Amino acid sequence: MFTLDWSFLSKKVVGNQTYFGWLMTAWETTLTISFFAFIIAFTLGFLMGVLRTTQNKYLVLIGNIWTEIFRNIPVLVQVFLWYFVIPKIFPIFSKLPAFALAVIALGLFTSSRISEQVRAGIQSIPTDQRYASLALGLTTYQSYRFVLLPVAFRLVLPPLTSEAMNIIKNSSVAFAVSIAELTMYAIQVQEETARGIEVYLVVTALYFISAFIVNLLSILIEKSIQIPHFIGGRK
Amino acid sequence: MKNKFVRNALAFFAIFTMTITGAMANTLEKAKTTGKFTLAYRESSIPFSYLGEDGKPLGFGWEMCKLIAEEVKKETGRKDLVVESQAVTSQNRIPLIQNGTVDVECGSTTNNSERGKQVTFAINYFYTGTRFLVKSDSGIKSINDLKGKKVVSTTGTTNYQILRNLNDEKKYGFELLGAKDHADALLMVESGMAHAFGMDDILLYGLKASSKESAKLAVVGESIQVEPYAIMFRKDDPKFQALVNKVITNSMKSGEFEKAYKKWFQTNIPPKNVNLNAPMSKELKDNLKALSDKPAL
Repeated sequence: MFTLDWSFLSKKVVGNQTYFGWLMTAWETTLTISFFAFIIAFTLGFLMGVLRTTQNKYLVLIGNIWTEIFRNIPVLVQVFLWYFVIPKIFPIFSKLPAFALAVIALGLFTSSRISEQVRAGIQSIPTDQRYASLALGLTTYQSYRFVLLPVAFRLVLPPLTSEAMNIIKNSSVAFAVSIAELTMYAIQVQEETARGIEVYLVVTALYFISAFIVNLLSILIEKSIQIPHFIGGRK
Repeated sequence: MKNKFVRNALAFFAIFTMTITGAMANTLEKAKTTGKFTLAYRESSIPFSYLGEDGKPLGFGWEMCKLIAEEVKKETGRKDLVVESQAVTSQNRIPLIQNGTVDVECGSTTNNSERGKQVTFAINYFYTGTRFLVKSDSGIKSINDLKGKKVVSTTGTTNYQILRNLNDEKKYGFELLGAKDHADALLMVESGMAHAFGMDDILLYGLKASSKESAKLAVVGESIQVEPYAIMFRKDDPKFQALVNKVITNSMKSGEFEKAYKKWFQTNIPPKNVNLNAPMSKELKDNLKALSDKPAL
C-alpha cells in the first residue's frame, strides 16, 4: 500500500536550512516575481488600454502595436528573449539580474492582456457618456479621469483578478532562466529526496493557495468599491 | 511511436509471464535450453549504446555485449544460438534484467551499492565524475578558480546537489544556478550567462562535441565524486559472472579495450560524425590493471 512520507521536509539541505525552509524561500520567490510583474503589467496594461480608446490615431497605433507584440509571442519565448537576446543587443540589460529580466518579461506579456481587457471595458461604456462629458466642457483627460475610468475599472476588475492569478501560475516560466522558485524546487527536490509525489503535492497546494488568496483579495476590493444599482453593484 | 508502444506492451507482457514462470537464475543453462540470448541496448546513451541511423544498436558497450554473446555461444556449444536485442530505459533496465527478459545490459548504468542488491555488475568499464564545461579563454582550470563566479548545473540531477553541498562545505564561493535542461545550461555558458557548467564529464564531452562553438569550449577540473559504469546481469549467477568478467579481462589485457575506447571516445562516430575527444580517465586506466568491480557508494 502506498503511503505518503513527509519526513523529508525536516531534513537538512545545507547548513541550517531544511527542505521546508527551502520550500518557503522558493514560495517567497514565486510571490515576489508575481507581485512585481503584476505592478508592471497593471501600470503599462492600463496605460496602453486607455491609449487604444483615445481619438488620437497615433496613440491608438502605439497601444495596438504594444499589445500585439507582447500578446502574439509565447511567454516562455519572451522570457528567453529578455534573458539571452536583449542583453546582447542592449548591453545595459546584461547588468540586470535574471530576476529582474524575468519580472520584466512576465510583466510585459501580461500587460498586453490587461491592455486588451481595459480597452474592452472602456469601449463597453455607451459612447453617449463620453460625448456627454465632453459636451459638459470636460477635457479629454477629465472625461477619462472622472467619467470613463471609474466605471471601466469596476467593469474590468473580474478579468484583472484572473490575470493576477495567471501571473502567479505563469511565474513558473522563471525557472527557465535559473530562478529558484517553486517549480525549480519541485524538480530538484524530487530527485534529491525520491519523494516525488509528496513534493508535487505540496508545491501544487502552494500555487493553489497563492492564487486563491488573490481571488479573495479581489472579492474584498470589488465589494468595497462597488456602486449601488450599477453593474455588479448592490441592488 | 506506435512501434515503441507495441515493444513496451510486449515488454510488460514479458514481465508478467516471467514473474509467473519465475526467472531462471542460471543464464548459461537458460541460453542452452531455449537457444536464445538477449542483449539489452539503450536508445540514446551515446557513445555507450544507442541507435544508429539504420535503427540498429551500436556503441562502445554494445560491442562488448556482442563479445559476450560470442563467448556464450562457445560456452554453451550451441552454434545456432539466436542473439536477440531489446531496448531498455533507465526506468525498466533493472526489472527486465531481474525477470529474464534481457540477459545482459551494456549501457551507461552506474554501478552503485544500492543497485548491487538487485543485480550484479561486471568489472567497471567506464568512470565519470562531475567536472566543468567552460570557455577555453575563461582562465578557469579547476574548482578553485570559481570564487565569485556563476556555475550552472541541470535541475533535477545529483550533480546540482553535489555542487551545492560541496560549495557549502568547502566554501568555494561560487553562485550555483539551476538550468532547465542540459541544452540550456550549455547555452548559458556559450552566452556568458554562466562561467561554468558542472555535470558528468562524459555528458559534457558529448555536449561540447555537438556545440557549434566546440573549439571555444573546454572540460576542466578534477573529477568530483567519481562513479563507475558497468555491465549488468542477474544476481547470484557466478558462472555467467565469471564468463562476462573473462571477456572484459581478456579485452583489457590484450589492448582490444583501449582500441575500442579510442574508436568510440576519440574518433568520429555516427550519427553526427563528431569526435567526443574524451581522453581515458585516470580511474579507468587504473582499472585496466586492477580489474575491479567496486561500486560507488
